[in-house]
Amino acid sequence: MSKLDAKIPEGPLAEKWTKHKNDINLVNPANKRNIDIIVIGTGLAGASAAATLAELGYNVKTFCFQDSPRRAHSIAAQGGINASKNYQGDGDSDYRLFYDTVKGGDYRSREANVYRLAEVSGNIIDQCVAQGVPFAREYGGLLDNRSFGGVLVSRTFYAKGQTGQQLLLGAYSAMNRQINRGKIKSYTRHEMMDVVLIDGKARGIIARDMISGEIERHSAHAVVLASGGYGNVFFLSTNAMGSNVTAAWRAHKKGAFFANPCFTQIHPTCIPVSGELQSKLTLMSESLRNDGRIWVPAKKEDAEAIRAGKLKPTEIPEEDRDYYLERRYPAFGNLVPRDVASRAAKERCDAGFGVNKTGEAVYLDFASAIERYGKEKAFSSGIENPTQEQIKKFGDEAIENKYGNLFEMYEKIIDQNPYQTPMMIYPAVHYTMGGLWVDYNLMTTIPGCYATGEANFSDHGANRLGASALMQGLADGYFVLPYTIGDYLSDDIRTGPIPTDHEAFDEAEKAIKDQLQKLVDIKGDTPVDDFHKKLGKIMWNKCGMARNEKDLKSAINEIAELRDDFYKNVRVPGKVSAKNAELEKAARVADFLELGELFAKDALHRNESCGGHFRDEYQTPEGEALRDDENFRYVAAWEYKGEPKDAVLHKEELIYDNIELKTRSYK
Amino acid sequence: MRGIIKSSIARKVAMALSGLFLVVFLAQHFTINITSVISPNTFNEWSHFMGTNVLVQAVLQPILIFGVVFHFVMGFILEYQNRKARGDVGYSIFRGSANSSWFSRNMLISGIVILLFLGLHFYDFWIPEITTKYIEGDMSGMHNGEFRYYEETVEKFANDPYRTGLYVLAFVFLIFHLLHGFSSAFQSVGFNNKYSKALKTFTKAFAIVIPLGFAFIAIFHFVTHL
Amino acid sequence: MKLTLKIWRQEDANAKGRFETYNIDGIEGDMSFLEMLDVLNDGLVREGKEPVEFDHDCREGICGTCSLQINGEPHGPDRRITTCQLHMRRFNDGDTIVIEPFRARAFPIVKDLIVDRSAFDRIQQAGGFVSVNTSGNTIDANSTPIEKEKADMSFDAATCIGCGACVAACKNASAMLFTSAKVSQFALLPQGEVEASERVMHMVDQMDKEGFGNCTNTGACEIECPKGISLENIARMNREYLSASVAE
Repeated sequence: MSKLDAKIPEGPLAEKWTKHKNDINLVNPANKRNIDIIVIGTGLAGASAAATLAELGYNVKTFCFQDSPRRAHSIAAQGGINASKNYQGDGDSDYRLFYDTVKGGDYRSREANVYRLAEVSGNIIDQCVAQGVPFAREYGGLLDNRSFGGVLVSRTFYAKGQTGQQLLLGAYSAMNRQINRGKIKSYTRHEMMDVVLIDGKARGIIARDMISGEIERHSAHAVVLASGGYGNVFFLSTNAMGSNVTAAWRAHKKGAFFANPCFTQIHPTCIPVSGELQSKLTLMSESLRNDGRIWVPAKKEDAEAIRAGKLKPTEIPEEDRDYYLERRYPAFGNLVPRDVASRAAKERCDAGFGVNKTGEAVYLDFASAIERYGKEKAFSSGIENPTQEQIKKFGDEAIENKYGNLFEMYEKIIDQNPYQTPMMIYPAVHYTMGGLWVDYNLMTTIPGCYATGEANFSDHGANRLGASALMQGLADGYFVLPYTIGDYLSDDIRTGPIPTDHEAFDEAEKAIKDQLQKLVDIKGDTPVDDFHKKLGKIMWNKCGMARNEKDLKSAINEIAELRDDFYKNVRVPGKVSAKNAELEKAARVADFLELGELFAKDALHRNESCGGHFRDEYQTPEGEALRDDENFRYVAAWEYKGEPKDAVLHKEELIYDNIELKTRSYK
Repeated sequence: MRGIIKSSIARKVAMALSGLFLVVFLAQHFTINITSVISPNTFNEWSHFMGTNVLVQAVLQPILIFGVVFHFVMGFILEYQNRKARGDVGYSIFRGSANSSWFSRNMLISGIVILLFLGLHFYDFWIPEITTKYIEGDMSGMHNGEFRYYEETVEKFANDPYRTGLYVLAFVFLIFHLLHGFSSAFQSVGFNNKYSKALKTFTKAFAIVIPLGFAFIAIFHFVTHL
Repeated sequence: MKLTLKIWRQEDANAKGRFETYNIDGIEGDMSFLEMLDVLNDGLVREGKEPVEFDHDCREGICGTCSLQINGEPHGPDRRITTCQLHMRRFNDGDTIVIEPFRARAFPIVKDLIVDRSAFDRIQQAGGFVSVNTSGNTIDANSTPIEKEKADMSFDAATCIGCGACVAACKNASAMLFTSAKVSQFALLPQGEVEASERVMHMVDQMDKEGFGNCTNTGACEIECPKGISLENIARMNREYLSASVAE
């Protein structure tokens, strides 16, 4: 018997959530006033949870490392948020959204969770509109939708290319309302350093005030980790510079199992890497694939000429272009899921067809969309025989309306005009499906410690569909956690305030102080970033889009060695008790150096290819992922045992009662 | 009406309204003055009317003076607050020219020049008027059997290149002040819509034409009495 | 590219600050401005010195964390971008670049180039929200059609990233553009209209309390705003405020 109890309610799939809500214990409003909850992170999952919990009457403290809750990296999500509203009448339903999500995740997610997600998705849209989130609308005044990769319906709501920003500002405003009421106390520029356990239950945290450097104790009856993903283990990713795994990892070290760490999403449409000193990758919304066609030259000599700067992409005739996604996946074409699109790009570039200097880029071409829109517009404007210039002008306008801000962003970074020449894109680390293991109530294996949003191992299985992250973050925060947490807290109505002078706090605080002092005292000669970059290279080369046993084994060793080196040679200037950016980075990188190893270990043990996890050894003759449902249809939850390599595996078997397991095909 | 006196927006609106009021006054003042170029008789008649009408003297004049004083005092208060808002340490480089007009950033300077000019202008006209009318009690407006207004006006500029020069200089600064102030007042009271572009053109034209007109009057009298 | 950097250094809020000059070499045009500072800091750490601290996070122009007054302008000489989107190709070999923190009484310095913009949060907390419960038990999202033009205007106002460039650029350090963007976003939507009066009164009150200067309509904020938030929003806020205070 596994140690893991997912606590999935009994009953038919569609009734589980309603039934569960009816069955769980509640805390009466008068008692909620006596209960404190700490929320770590103020992105979509954290801010929405904090707002709702405060509204229900709990006393909430929020913590974020940014200078304002509004700056959490949810803000950078561009494309949209899914909901099964079926406003377009194209046959969408809760079941279809559920089905698409499970299939998109390559059958490695929990049915009941995903169905609940689909069920509450419509509510999110209602809620956000009521909050004043300015979603895109049609001329009739109703909400507009668009389609996204991996699905056959239009269910994505959006606010131009800034959906994440608008949704986060909505959640932030809900938080502000509660701050104004005194129900939330917001701690900004605070980093959670550890979770404090009393009698095995999460009862508070140790946080560092990043301005004064002071180590603080905060107690609560429950701790919610909404601290985001760990994509920055790759150093270069689309995550914000500050995004880190520290909160989740410290909880892991205190007893929370870490699930499926190797499930990472590599997003296909990012701006390619330009140089060694690059600090960060920029994502271009996946929505671009609605209109852009992806190609590389069909002839190797053309690709070489382009790399040498002797040939321009616009000079390559149509017949010499390889629209490889359309070729390989005629049914979905350029709209295949992210993992498939990313791998296909890597395959072409590895085969020598890459189109930028480093050979690691493919084209995303809008020429035919510009022409199509241009002709449509010319027709509707009553121009019978439009000239090429008219078509181009109309087409450019249409594209600008849809993607103007993205095109502008591209031009600022690359210094090329994408209206004239195809964009160059390449996959980049974007999202981590893995995370802290949680049960149906979103509680980790530490009682009273919850994980929401990207921080948990979530509903996305081995691959997340576009526009689903925002949906999950808000579903967890607004509509799931606030209910399920009551079940746990109903036992705490007589507990009273948790004292911060408990010896568990003494110990935790001392451990953190010692750790930070140790980092400063190493006084080596190598800056933190050097280690981070080295780690990133190992991760990208050996645990990236395609993995194999040999590389993974060597990655585990290399990461362990790098970690040793880090603790001998890192240089952290400045003081512990003051604002110290290098110290902040060092503490985070220390955790990445441990997580990276577990990541590789997880990837090594999973002898199959599924979703974002592709093992060279397990593929079909056509190069598609080869899943092994018989042996790996489970969530791999790792228990910390001192060193990452000693982590113990616990399996939560995934049961599919409502969906037939199939080979994912987008052909 | 909570905080309407203290709030930043209320103050800004008050600045705008007093400014617009002064703009209207300016137009009226100009209309009368320009007659001194066209028809000295009309100028005398209108001046006499304005100088002796009870409504103008007892009601409008105090309002005007209050408007002027208010505009200046409020302007100084706001400027003081605004400077304080930057903090104790300012920028070592501030490239205001990159994002705003000189006129808009230097309303204080143009305002102070106009204030100094007003001192001179009062000394030239207002104080003698008040002295004649209310201290000496001579409400007739006559001097040697004729209206005195035209003569008194012309006399100030005739043979006085310095005074004429100072007036012209002040009018140039009035242009500066109005170029920003007039259109800005509309923004302050919340008027910014599809008509704003046309309005802006009008305010700019007004800002240049009216002060130039005043300058023309001064120069005219100076030149024709050389 | 070789550059001379004059950078404001200040240990903490209470310390006295000063400019320090650094010479830096090997900067490429494709690097972003913040990557250039990364290179500088890498060198400083290797020399055993404390790196220059500056605010940054997403590095793609959306989180609003990065600030910096570069050669006298917030976010540098280019328009419609944040500092993290500024690329070094904008500068020439041998240039001197002066880098200062955003300066305003309401934005006290935390360290070096980092300032405390929590005043913005407090303005939002005073009323920058729609008082609707987050229970999800609201009306269907499509039950209130909203004119596309208004929805788009609301969106345009809502794109404010709260970076503070408007305050930094304003000769009066006024926060009117920031405050008006939020007021406008909600005032333009039926959802926000209900409590529009209360909202504008509270937010303006808080803005004044924080010690920002007054708006004198120079328009610098609009020009320097990385998201191009329009001055129309300020006019709208003035209107809203006037009608709210008259109605009260």
